[in-house]
Amino acid sequence: MKHAEESIKNIKKALAEMWVLVEGQIDKAGQALLENNKDYANDVIIREKLVICYELIIYRECVNFFALLTPVAVDLRLILSVVKINNNLERIGDFAEGISRFVAEDKLNKITPQMKEELRLEQMLSEVSDMLSLCKHALANEDTTVASKVFAKDNKVDEIYWESLELLSKYIKENTDVLPDALNLNAAIRRIERIGDRCSNIAEDIVFYVEAKVLKHIHKKEE
Amino acid sequence: MINISAKNVDFYYGDFHALKNINLDIEKNSVTAFIGPSGCGKSTFLRLLNRMNDLIDGTKLVGDIVIDNENIYSRQTEVVELRKKVGMVFQKPNPFPKSIFENVAYGLRVNGIRDNKFIEHRVEESLKGAALWDEVKDKLKKSAFELSGGQQQRLCIARTMAVQPQIILMDEPASALDPISTSKVEDLIYELKKDFTIVIVTHNMQQAARVSDKTAFFYLGELIEFDKTDKIFTAPSNEATQNYVTGRFG
Repeated sequence: MKHAEESIKNIKKALAEMWVLVEGQIDKAGQALLENNKDYANDVIIREKLVICYELIIYRECVNFFALLTPVAVDLRLILSVVKINNNLERIGDFAEGISRFVAEDKLNKITPQMKEELRLEQMLSEVSDMLSLCKHALANEDTTVASKVFAKDNKVDEIYWESLELLSKYIKENTDVLPDALNLNAAIRRIERIGDRCSNIAEDIVFYVEAKVLKHIHKKEE
Repeated sequence: MINISAKNVDFYYGDFHALKNINLDIEKNSVTAFIGPSGCGKSTFLRLLNRMNDLIDGTKLVGDIVIDNENIYSRQTEVVELRKKVGMVFQKPNPFPKSIFENVAYGLRVNGIRDNKFIEHRVEESLKGAALWDEVKDKLKKSAFELSGGQQQRLCIARTMAVQPQIILMDEPASALDPISTSKVEDLIYELKKDFTIVIVTHNMQQAARVSDKTAFFYLGELIEFDKTDKIFTAPSNEATQNYVTGRFG
């Protein structure tokens, strides 16, 4: 079993490194958005390639694990979960890059800091960053109790998102000259909301790995 | 529908307590795999199902094993009749030193059947059932020893099938075979459950996962877990089962 244990150790290590990288991408993309900082935005865009490299490495390791070690029970659940978490992290990386591109390409220049404050962007970014961090600790400690915290935060993110749509509509009506930038901002906010959804997916994957329970589509109904 | 039922079964080889309070129900027309490390009691339990252990001195059984509502260890049980009902295939192919045809016909002949047309028909039917007919139909009079290991094992399965048992016990039936022959035997097991109840002992975890509907994990003479095979191999309830199927002990 040394081969399997070593492979699991390597996969977990690569995933942990990717996780730290993606957390950094969200934080930096958030700062770029809040401060309209093109340097931060460009950093995120450059580092997105590294996220993709990690995704490919982890995916290949998982494929090898299935092919060579035919995992069952907890190993099977772990590798299945890693495949899905890997995909979710990569998508989160994509969203961070997408947000950064609006900043890097000067597509949000007419959005004022006050507007960003009213839309509660900082809070929204902080919530999704916390969600990803909670998931990381949940996986490292095989602790599924944090799943409900992640789902609660996702609800909060959704709430801010829907409120932002109303505020942006109002803003556009009052300031028609900012229409393109406001639409771009809406697209960026939508990406933050999608990061929240992906974090919820990761929490579900962790529960599946640790407890063999499939939460998919269940917690949404309960709320 | 329950075909085999073990109730509070304990079994001893002299002073050695080989099986401890085994309770297990096996459904008709299903494949049940017994897994566990060497010496855990799985083959001992398998052999109890057609009283093969009767041949060993100093053994003692406590509890009941019921097949089709009949306690097979009762005084009224005819062991020969039981073994007609419960056939067995062993780890190493063991064809008789006879022709391919006579190997399959043997069980019918010792049961007093003399009708050659009937025997020919049953031999063909059994060889077809064992997925061997196409490979041997033109050389039925050749010695069974001319067949490959995988073909010999399927011949032994055909020989078992010829007397039309209800239950077929298989003790590591593919462990001496190459991957292609193993695959053929596994496909056969999958097909055979339409007509038979199959109980298989295997050390190959993936084989248990591929062929069985239910899996029983034995350890140190105890039945640790018995559940649907997909449950055993995705989310076993018992930690010892998990450690065994993932290869962490045993």
